[in-house]
Amino acid sequence: MQVVLIDSGGANIGSVKYALERLGVNAQLTADPQVIASADRVILPGVGAAGPGMARLRELELVDVVRAVRQPLLGVCLGMQLLFDSSEEDDTQCLGLVPGRVRKLAGGQGIRVPQMGWNTLKPLREDSLLSGVPEGAQAYFVHSYVAPMGEDTLATSSHGEEFAAVVRHGNCWGAQFHPERSAAVGAKLLENFLSERLA
Amino acid sequence: MLSRRIIPCLDVRDGRVVKGVKFRDHVDMGDILELALRYRDEGADELVFYDITASPEGRRADRSWVERVARVIDIPFCVAGGIRDVEDARVLLYAGADKISVNTPALERPGLIGELAAAFGVQCIVVGIDSLRDEDGEWRVRQYTGDPSRTRALAKRMLDWVVEAQQLGAGEIVLNCMGSDGVRNGYDLVQLRAVRKLCDVPLIASGGAGTAGHFAQVFRDADVDGALAASVFHSGAIRIPELKRSLREQDIEVRDAG
Repeated sequence: MQVVLIDSGGANIGSVKYALERLGVNAQLTADPQVIASADRVILPGVGAAGPGMARLRELELVDVVRAVRQPLLGVCLGMQLLFDSSEEDDTQCLGLVPGRVRKLAGGQGIRVPQMGWNTLKPLREDSLLSGVPEGAQAYFVHSYVAPMGEDTLATSSHGEEFAAVVRHGNCWGAQFHPERSAAVGAKLLENFLSERLA
Repeated sequence: MLSRRIIPCLDVRDGRVVKGVKFRDHVDMGDILELALRYRDEGADELVFYDITASPEGRRADRSWVERVARVIDIPFCVAGGIRDVEDARVLLYAGADKISVNTPALERPGLIGELAAAFGVQCIVVGIDSLRDEDGEWRVRQYTGDPSRTRALAKRMLDWVVEAQQLGAGEIVLNCMGSDGVRNGYDLVQLRAVRKLCDVPLIASGGAGTAGHFAQVFRDADVDGALAASVFHSGAIRIPELKRSLREQDIEVRDAG
């Protein structure tokens, strides 16, 4: 299986690559449109902010390339937020692959922003990406912005407010948390994404 | 609901994990990877690696062991030690560190915090603060604490620095209470409570853990987001699975690493 990691400049690219290696997959880090188009699986990692994240994709002339991906595509953390229409962060136009606008976590008494740490997942509907991930499973989150809940939400999590933790729109999946750093739960999600049974 | 984090801290010197008492007299505790894997298996929520001689020696933490850790570990980890600019941080983050922590270099040049936050986002920028109460009752920051012969007291009030660091872009604060470090009499609750009032980002307590009860106390009484400890974990005096069981029995939310 050909798995590519889009060279989006995010600082977690190394971690994602190692997580895939632990699952026996040697993912290729690339910004080459042809390599991306011919891959079996495409992962858009990302740590940082929406503005620079999209600027980087534009600079690499990858915006239309990513929009045209028909194979399973997984956005991780900022990579998931970039899949949406837009983000309040730097008032950024994003990829428009999933409807909705990403906004800042409200925070509040005892609710620290950024959210940093392990939080529980509440699956809303069945999906092959979350196969074997039980209600209450915990994953590692680090973020200040959240995607809204909607028809595409597969699982939610809560930090002062409920937000989309895992989404799917057609061939695009996204995880707000870091599967590469979420121990067995994260490995399961990545394994499902790589599986032939992903549907 | 967000869990409270249990964070073993590994002080690294010359590629080995060491531990001192009150930041002095370091003894060898073992191999980095071996300890990292042990804590991962036991259910640690995160690891922190401090290259304790990096800053005093004017160099950055070594990327080679960071990469080795990143390959085998599937929980987040933070690296600290001699990170002086965006390039230093980039090398360590690209090697696989999830967060980087700055201490002495940020005191020398506070603008560093903002530069790092702009480059990588606030979520991976941790500011470590070494603090000690002076004779006049005021908490003040220390620098170069990795090397006792070079450790320096600054005029900067710790609480002022906590506020300033957040304004500059710190995504998390680790408060090392030097007066209670290594003596296992419990976290410095008075100091941590004072910081909590001024700290809107995640706050990690460090220094003084001796019993499971100390962890419960610091979560309940100082409302910290995570508790960091070294010697009690290295020595086996506290085992993480039992610690988490005890916290759960007291209705403190912790991750079940099953």
